[in-house]
Amino acid sequence: MIYLKLFITFFKIGLFSFGGGYAMLPLIQTEVVDANNWVSISEFTDIVAISQVTPGPIAINSATYIGYTVTNSVLGSACATLGVSLPSVIIMLIICNFFFKFKNNKYVENAFVGLRPVVVGLVLSAMLLLINKETFIDYKSVIFFLLAFFATYKYKVHPILLTLVAGVLGYFIY
Amino acid sequence: MKKYIEMFLVFFKIGAFTIGGGYAMVPLIEAEVVDKKKWIEKEEFVDTLALAQSSPGPIAVNTAVFVGFKMDRYKGAFFTTLGAVLPSFLIILVIAMFFRQIKDVEAIESAFKAIRPAVVALIATSVISLSKSSKLKGKSFIIPIAVALCVAYLKISPILFIILAAIGGNLYMARKGGSKK
Repeated sequence: MIYLKLFITFFKIGLFSFGGGYAMLPLIQTEVVDANNWVSISEFTDIVAISQVTPGPIAINSATYIGYTVTNSVLGSACATLGVSLPSVIIMLIICNFFFKFKNNKYVENAFVGLRPVVVGLVLSAMLLLINKETFIDYKSVIFFLLAFFATYKYKVHPILLTLVAGVLGYFIY
Repeated sequence: MKKYIEMFLVFFKIGAFTIGGGYAMVPLIEAEVVDKKKWIEKEEFVDTLALAQSSPGPIAVNTAVFVGFKMDRYKGAFFTTLGAVLPSFLIILVIAMFFRQIKDVEAIESAFKAIRPAVVALIATSVISLSKSSKLKGKSFIIPIAVALCVAYLKISPILFIILAAIGGNLYMARKGGSKK
């Protein structure tokens, strides 16, 4: 039964997608292109491209898209999306339970002393990864970056407003 | 019920505007959940991200689960997670149904040419505010910089650093405690 198959395959993808984002692309590709032949490699590239211009995590985007294209139904989409989200939700609930019970435990507190600077580093790594030729295509990109940084850091402009303004400017300038 | 709708809507908004995935949503969560709604404190936000990184799956979903659980256990987590996932589900469903060729729509591509550098700026601001709330100073800046370089350019898995950090934090505090005595 295809719906169950979609659910199980995406559950597996969800379970092994530590780190999130593009780290999980090879795993998704192995499962949906190579193992199950649900989409072709060029369709898969399209899904990645679509994910880049739509909101939301790439794992969820590809689950929703592939679930629909394989079954031509919303139910297929829902099964794949539920499958990919469920492992993180279950594991995260276990972690939360543990955390709220033991957050005043000495060892847990000490672990967080180590974790805090590392998390700052992980967010910084996400920023470094975005500093590439696809993001900074010309001198105008640098100006957009500087203006956006000034607006958020100095004037605390809301991220949604900033994204919308940037989108409108991009539409007229490029 | 009003509280659940509010939780759902805040995460729906976060889900709808998380462009670029992953950490691109950190600035937005900070603006909505920490600054505006004050559902979690600034110091607690760094810890939230640490936990979100320890579980597989998208940071967006994991953070939603944490905030919802903190506010109202399983019921809270249900509403925040649903809110975070639904926007991408609906948008992609519409694309899969009607426009498989969205990447060719030039208007969207032009808009994104300006949005991408803006997202980098948003994350840069988050890095600064996170390092302030985790009270980094002086030599301790070496840790985030080294981790960032290893993850971004040497492709070392973040989970490895999470494990090392939890152990390292304990060793460091044990030594510090020991030297005081």
